[in-house]
Amino acid sequence: MAASPSQKDNSAFSLRKVWFDPNVRALVFQLLTVAAVVAFFYYIVSNALFNLDKRGITTGFAFLEQTAGFGIIQSLIDYDESKSFGVAFLVGLFNTVLVSFIGIILATIIGFIMGVARLSSNWLISKLATVYIETFRNIPLLLQIFFWYIVVLTPLPGPRQSLSLFEMFFLNNRGLYVPKPVFEDGFGLVIAAFVAAIVICIVVARWASKRQETTGQQFHTLSFSAATLVVLPLLAYFVAGSPVSWEMPALKGFNFRGGVTVYPEFIALLIALSIYTGAFIAEIVRSGILAVSKGQTEASVSLGLSKTQMLKLVIIPQAMRVIIPPLTSQYLNLTKNSSLATAIGYPDLVSVFMGTTLNITGQAIEIVAITMAVYLTISITTSVLMNIYNRKMALVER
Amino acid sequence: MFKKLPVKSVVAAAALVVASGAQAEDATLAAVKSKGFLQCGVSAGLPGFSNPDSEGNWQGLDVDVCRAVAAAVLGDASKVKYTPLTAKERFTALQSGEIDILSRNTTWTLTRDSSLGLNFAGVNYYDGQGFMVSKSLGVSSAKELDGAAVCIQSGTTTELNLADYFREHGMTYTPVVFDTSDQTVKGFEAGRCDVLTSDQSQLYALRIKLAKPDSAMVLPEIISKEPLGPVVRQGDDQWFNIVKWSLFAMINAEELGISLENVDEMLKSTNPNVRRLLGLEGPKGKGLGLDDKWGYNIVKQVGNYGEAFDRNVGAGSPLGIARGVNALWKDGGFQYAPPIR
Repeated sequence: MAASPSQKDNSAFSLRKVWFDPNVRALVFQLLTVAAVVAFFYYIVSNALFNLDKRGITTGFAFLEQTAGFGIIQSLIDYDESKSFGVAFLVGLFNTVLVSFIGIILATIIGFIMGVARLSSNWLISKLATVYIETFRNIPLLLQIFFWYIVVLTPLPGPRQSLSLFEMFFLNNRGLYVPKPVFEDGFGLVIAAFVAAIVICIVVARWASKRQETTGQQFHTLSFSAATLVVLPLLAYFVAGSPVSWEMPALKGFNFRGGVTVYPEFIALLIALSIYTGAFIAEIVRSGILAVSKGQTEASVSLGLSKTQMLKLVIIPQAMRVIIPPLTSQYLNLTKNSSLATAIGYPDLVSVFMGTTLNITGQAIEIVAITMAVYLTISITTSVLMNIYNRKMALVER
Repeated sequence: MFKKLPVKSVVAAAALVVASGAQAEDATLAAVKSKGFLQCGVSAGLPGFSNPDSEGNWQGLDVDVCRAVAAAVLGDASKVKYTPLTAKERFTALQSGEIDILSRNTTWTLTRDSSLGLNFAGVNYYDGQGFMVSKSLGVSSAKELDGAAVCIQSGTTTELNLADYFREHGMTYTPVVFDTSDQTVKGFEAGRCDVLTSDQSQLYALRIKLAKPDSAMVLPEIISKEPLGPVVRQGDDQWFNIVKWSLFAMINAEELGISLENVDEMLKSTNPNVRRLLGLEGPKGKGLGLDDKWGYNIVKQVGNYGEAFDRNVGAGSPLGIARGVNALWKDGGFQYAPPIR
């Protein structure tokens, strides 16, 4: 720094210096912003509490422990009318997660197939893919959900005229009825064998990639893993003496009893979400593949790679870098769009918690806040997982 | 991307969060007078109770309560604006001040009266929950419904009564929950469910919406008490009284034989009860903060309870529901209003 002229000037100068110091300024403004945000939320919360109190509206989360008293059509956990609103909340949450999770898997499969198909050199295949994408991408999702619900429901016969397959699977307008596995003693052995198979696969995969790095020799990891995963549990199953029996659905009274029921609301919502989101994913996949420059293809051909090897080792790893970030957005969209379930009566979080529970308890603010927090949490979790995957797939520059 | 209903709930909840705390109590009457109309929350379309006619005018028994209040407060029964609400939205709309009165076939229960910051101002229809089934099902009693799939509207006391009834009788059921009563009817017609359950008055109303009304029948069992009535915000006693006594005036008018046609003649009546109701003597409108002619205006413009019942849900309407328990107390029903004196 330059020499200071005098003592008095110096102190004034240092104050000015502090004021014009970009770091100090940044800190001051950040503190001010944080204070403003905190003050804003403090005002909102205290104002809400004041208003609620003044209007004699009960607040708090005590309602979560009260008996719910209403039935829910589909539940992954043990639920009946005598359980609490807290349990009903979990039922709704798991139903949302279930349809989102399966929807994401199906949408990804549909999207990848259609994305590649659109780039196909076969005129018919590529045009079919184009028609699919342009149709489903451009129709509002709510309409599609209604469409599928009606399509699933109307042509199917009533319970007494059910379509049946081997007298084991039944399909009617109340749902798809499939046999339910009942696990008996000794099934633990099968699970143990399955876990063991997974461990073996991981070890073999590590060994194989290490061997390839050092010696260049390849090993058929995929086929080996598939065989291990099937054969080992199967062996355990027979050793333990077939510890699984099947509970068959049977027509009794109004409808089928026993077995597992897949409800038409679930089927319609799942189809609509997967097909709608699949169309977007297809476009993302196409853009990812097209983003890999032609030179890469030419280079791999000149290296003598087969078409499969080229796709697997050159094109897809590079395309994934472009695909993953927008793919994450589509996964998040699918999860959030699953809240449209209320329209057709699928008991998701919005229907069970923000619908029935809200109306019975009247705790609007608490319930809306919880529901928003849940969607935020699911979305952030998906995001974080995808970011980890993205970092793994990102171009490693050496 | 949320669908329309949650957005409304979110907005209404947000309104509660940010609403200014300065809003004075006892202010509804002054607010209604100064804006010159009554904002009334009704159903999204339930024949007989609140339903717009072919010209878009709202009609029904619940609508008549709003019109009576408007006649009492503003001297003109037509000065009402209607807000159609789903079952889920109704209480939040009233709590947040979006509407002045909720008259939407709403069941009076302890929880709603005590923990929502609301007050029920009376009962304009005594209802009970029933079941509608397709005739081809061959069922004649609700006790034969074990294992049935039941279409039901989300966010109603009906959902709880249904669960209670099946649990009490050791039967199982599959609830198929829809957002609006229209959707429940569609589900019922499409065969998604065997049974449609709702308040019995609604079942009659929904039955005439079916493509083939004769193919369905309402089972005789009534499984719950559903006293339906208008609701106001808690903490505004004056407004609470006005709504309560507007309804009582309609019931008393029927009891005293004052009707749309003879109300002007009745002004010459010597019966002190009639003269008090029409504001010629007695307490008049002062205690309620209303014009002395408030009772006269209600009967002159809306009619008495019996007339409202008859033209909306009774013999003079497509629903054709018998008076039953909704008859006056002296005719063996439950409708009984405290005296105006």
